Amino acid sequence: MTVESWRSSTDELAAGILAGQRRAIARAITLVENDGSEAQAILAAIHPHTGRAHIVGITGPPGGGKSTLVNDLALSFRRGSTGHPPRTVGIIAIDPTSPFSGGAILGDRIRMRDLAGDPGIFIRSMASRGSLGGLAWATADTVRLLDAGGYSLIFVETVGAGQAEVDIAKTAHTTVVVEVPGLGDDIQAIKAGILEIADIFAVNKADHEGADHAVQVLQMMLDLNSPGPHAVMHHGWLVEVAATEGRAGRTADTPAWRPPIYRTVATRGEGIDGLVEAILAHRAYLERSGDLVCRERERAAAELETIIQQEALRRVLAHTDGTQLATLIDQIARRELDPYAASQLLLSRPNQA
Amino acid sequence: MTDKKIRVLIAKPGLDGHDRGAKVIARALRDAGMEVIYTGIRQTPEMIAEAALQEDVAVVGLSILSGAHMALFPRIVALLRDNGLDNVLVVAGGIIPDEDVPALNEMGIQGVFGPGTPTDDIVDFIRERVS
Repeated sequence: MTVESWRSSTDELAAGILAGQRRAIARAITLVENDGSEAQAILAAIHPHTGRAHIVGITGPPGGGKSTLVNDLALSFRRGSTGHPPRTVGIIAIDPTSPFSGGAILGDRIRMRDLAGDPGIFIRSMASRGSLGGLAWATADTVRLLDAGGYSLIFVETVGAGQAEVDIAKTAHTTVVVEVPGLGDDIQAIKAGILEIADIFAVNKADHEGADHAVQVLQMMLDLNSPGPHAVMHHGWLVEVAATEGRAGRTADTPAWRPPIYRTVATRGEGIDGLVEAILAHRAYLERSGDLVCRERERAAAELETIIQQEALRRVLAHTDGTQLATLIDQIARRELDPYAASQLLLSRPNQA
Repeated sequence: MTDKKIRVLIAKPGLDGHDRGAKVIARALRDAGMEVIYTGIRQTPEMIAEAALQEDVAVVGLSILSGAHMALFPRIVALLRDNGLDNVLVVAGGIIPDEDVPALNEMGIQGVFGPGTPTDDIVDFIRERVS
């Protein structure tokens, strides 16, 4: 990289992040994206200083207005309101990587030009780099870097999501699902997936025809949810967590959170105040109910699992020579060997330190 | 899963609103496997330098058709340096008279690509200088 001359030690970089230096944060995000060993050292150094930010996911279909909504929300949170002091805002905006070239066009900044020039806002565009859940592999670590850098509210805007891109719920405290009028009937709404992960719904482009119907369909879907298990298992279905330390802290008599539905017209800034209130209310709910502790624990479990998977893969591949691997792949493709047997073969090799 | 990618900021400084050329370049760089941050039209030098900082790009590509390049480019280059981005490769395209090119090179804009430049040439230029 041309930035090679900017060679700070990882200690210096970590100190820069904690001091809120934007250059240090930006550089560290690149290291995390490129998966270097320096990244691990930095993440280790900042880990004790994370966990303060409120992480808000924004997900929904392509062209639904996510970036514009993030723009509006960031402006509003920067201003603050009665009872809510202004917040510093970090934004991670993810766009898809081309499966063919590996390149990407990251265009979310186009809709966020109102935010330029504010030192209390940090925007980072990120390519999904082959990750399929709506985020990039580096998203969770980038959240951590922004958190350590002092941004108290972090928006994560997913790639345009259809039905199954639900990883955001594992990363965010509060997930806002953006819907637009005219996308589907009420059967779409009771399918599993993205609608289930919403803590808040925004029916954007609410000035378009069909907005009332979109709201009705969501209301109906929410009416069908049984409140009891939903409250206890809120997002819990996403990851199995063996111990229940977090859940034990949950106050059993807190009423379940029912995702509120807001109509917004992001291009005109309409309905944003309601959405801001809902995000703050959801945060208060998470703290009051003990769900915050549950979610932190679930996130820790999911991240640990991911890291183990990646590290295991890295170790196996580091100790497998290319021709052997190619031979195994050929054998699988010719149906001489099944992929499970091949992976067992690779995993059972000794000396995989 | 993860590997190094060349990150490029494509920006249109100044007041002209024609970004067809910038989009063609963005697309070509994408097809060459680069990650292109596209910021849209009417960017101020401050916006461009700030985006380059936050996005930690290796390359800044400026597209300009309005004729204001000799006024805007020095400001952008200076702001990039102020932000500590001394090693960012700055290239430019659009309508830029040949006689301005030496001065632009002098101020640190290493490549100037006019209309009709094959996009492969731009890709190669970037790849040679960023690794």
